[in-house]
Amino acid sequence: MSFIDYFRRNRRKSASVAKERLQIILAREHADRDGPDFLPELKRELLEVVSRYVEIDLDQVNVTLERDGDYEVLELNVLLPDPSPRKRAAP
Amino acid sequence: MSKIIVVTSGKGGVGKTTTSASFASGLAMRGHSAVVIDFDVGLRNLDLIMGCERRVVYDFVNVINGEATLRQALIKDKRLDNLSILPASQTRDKEALSKEGVGKVLDELRESFDYIVCDSPAGIERGALMALYYADEALVVTNPEVSSVRDSDRILGILGAKSKRAEEGAEPIREHLLVTRYSPQRVDQGEMLGVEDIRELLGIPLLGVVPESEAVLQASNAGVPVIHDSDSSSGQAYADAVARFLGEEVPMRFLEPEKKGFLKRIFGT
Repeated sequence: MSFIDYFRRNRRKSASVAKERLQIILAREHADRDGPDFLPELKRELLEVVSRYVEIDLDQVNVTLERDGDYEVLELNVLLPDPSPRKRAAP
Repeated sequence: MSKIIVVTSGKGGVGKTTTSASFASGLAMRGHSAVVIDFDVGLRNLDLIMGCERRVVYDFVNVINGEATLRQALIKDKRLDNLSILPASQTRDKEALSKEGVGKVLDELRESFDYIVCDSPAGIERGALMALYYADEALVVTNPEVSSVRDSDRILGILGAKSKRAEEGAEPIREHLLVTRYSPQRVDQGEMLGVEDIRELLGIPLLGVVPESEAVLQASNAGVPVIHDSDSSSGQAYADAVARFLGEEVPMRFLEPEKKGFLKRIFGT
């Protein structure tokens, strides 16, 4: 750290940005890694069922499993397009 | 009982082969018999770093396929009597490494060597998985840089799930963090992840820190593992890491920037 750097210090240090980003992404990847094996399959099947009725993309379905003490919460988040076009017309 | 050490990282270009060459040499310098194996089938490079590229006749895949014996394929290091090199095949594809074949070769090596150092290829495909499968210890080589840290984390997940020890529910692989290409100056300026941050992110014990140094390129140019350059900071850092691996208490070096002169203090570098 030089004397002149002292005046340039208003910018945030990139190393701390790097650390913060890594903390977030590693935590997310650990959650995926440590989750039960059926999660990807569950996600795929859910997507299949939902897409029978509405058109959605894979990244619009979010399945997360969170552990909180003794119990686990399975959270399913499906983002429906707006307005939702019906794939199958009523007979 | 001999030990199998995998040198791994996930990401390419972080210093796995440099580390494998120096670490195996360091173990041999300390009087242990060691062999270093190149698992990078198709992209052989350990032979160049060890300076034995012109003496390669048979390779690892030849031995697995029974086309040559281990004795024929092993190359004796020209500097250290108790060090041998098993080169990778340059012509086959990585599917040539079968789990059974690799296991058989490693079992045979265990009979004559104290340490078997497996130089893993980059990535998480067959070559990399085979290099770590039979490991007892792992050196996770990481650069102070986001993609390297993330890939190291990924490799740690694989060590804990897909290795033989993991599959059999045996005692897990002992993991060691080796941070390479470290620049204390840049860490000091807040431009580079510090070693403590990396250790905290990856959650494994630190074995050593190898500073970025011109000596590494010079060593690879000459085909002499950098640990032989005992005047260089990286050579010394590898020697320290080997000593720590063997259970000695050696304080960490090269973590602080070199002292600057008066003008540099005012104007920066």
